[in-house]
Amino acid sequence: MDYRTVLTTCTYCGCGCNFYLEVLDGQVIDTIPCKTHPVNEGKLCIKGWNVHEFIQSPKRLKRPLIRRDGVLTEATWDEALDYTVSGLKAIKDAHGSDSIAFLTSAKVTNEENYLLQKFARAAVGTNSVDHCARL
Amino acid sequence: MIEKVRERVRDLLSSGEVKGFLGLSNKYGNTGPHLFCDAEDLDGLVIGDWKGPGDARYTLNKQLIHIVRKYPDDVFGVLVRGCDDRGLKVLYTWNQLNPEKVIPVGIACSQDLADACECRKPYPDDFVAGEKVEGRASDSVARLDALDVAGRFEAWLKEFSKCIKCYGCRDVCPMCFCKECTLEDDRLVNNGVIPPEIPVFHLTRAVHMVGRCIDCGLCNEVCPADIPLRTLYKKVADIVDEEFQYRPGQELYAKSPLNILMQPSSTG
Repeated sequence: MDYRTVLTTCTYCGCGCNFYLEVLDGQVIDTIPCKTHPVNEGKLCIKGWNVHEFIQSPKRLKRPLIRRDGVLTEATWDEALDYTVSGLKAIKDAHGSDSIAFLTSAKVTNEENYLLQKFARAAVGTNSVDHCARL
Repeated sequence: MIEKVRERVRDLLSSGEVKGFLGLSNKYGNTGPHLFCDAEDLDGLVIGDWKGPGDARYTLNKQLIHIVRKYPDDVFGVLVRGCDDRGLKVLYTWNQLNPEKVIPVGIACSQDLADACECRKPYPDDFVAGEKVEGRASDSVARLDALDVAGRFEAWLKEFSKCIKCYGCRDVCPMCFCKECTLEDDRLVNNGVIPPEIPVFHLTRAVHMVGRCIDCGLCNEVCPADIPLRTLYKKVADIVDEEFQYRPGQELYAKSPLNILMQPSSTG
């Protein structure tokens, strides 16, 4: 038997609530809000309370997909990155930098968000950067 | 206090009486639930006093249910306060835990915590640490009872209107073990819609606390809107006690009022 409570940070938004994931024999079975964490003090929203449900969802995207002839097909990271770079370059050459916008995420770290806006502004040349939490 | 608990847990683990002890541990700079399996590794064990008495209590009985559902043949120890001890009695009665497979390690709460909780019995039947302090009646219930019906109703509607429908009160509750929850029944609750129907949503839950709620207060602590749920369920428990002379967790295998109501009536 392997029972663990693993302290981690919620990935749903940028607040940074902490909870324990209850893990029994490698399966994540429940979420327990952390009482002593200064951000959430033992409280969570409905999304945080159910965070354990998506972790092991069979619907989770685990590999990059490229739409080929209208069908999403699995690809390697190198293929996906090459495809994206050549696509962005072609759009930028044909229509200019401001024809491209970047949508980033509240589910990633502050540093990753910084990198994406840096890429948008310095590499592509657009200020059009937004994020999924503006809903 | 903690040394006495540690000593008892060490004995239980080293003698092989229990496969594990579900308690609280200081780890990663926080206090949380932890299953101790090694008698030599009990340094992190704490009783859940973080900045104040009992401010890092968790639903250990609920986690114990999760473990024994997969390992029903093993014996586990669990840290209990007075409220958890009441909880065990109700969970035994409702066949969610087997008393032969659970060894509670009790601690008595301090007077400060008993006062803050307005706890009627702030100690388990048996405890290895702490001292028995006086239980007390609820001032928060008395304050609301002093209002007239309209004032009381208005006060509760104001509290319920703060609800963000996170279901935290249900999710944290050690007595909420049902596989199908009324709070997700489309006939009673508008699922996936906020705000909740007021006061139906909260009163539905309050009615379901009849014969269940053991007054641990974790729902109150977990509520992001600070709705005084504990006061609501204390009042529900008072009514049931007055009408049926029943309080959940007072006595092992006591029949709940719902059981009494289901008896065929003599008038047939």
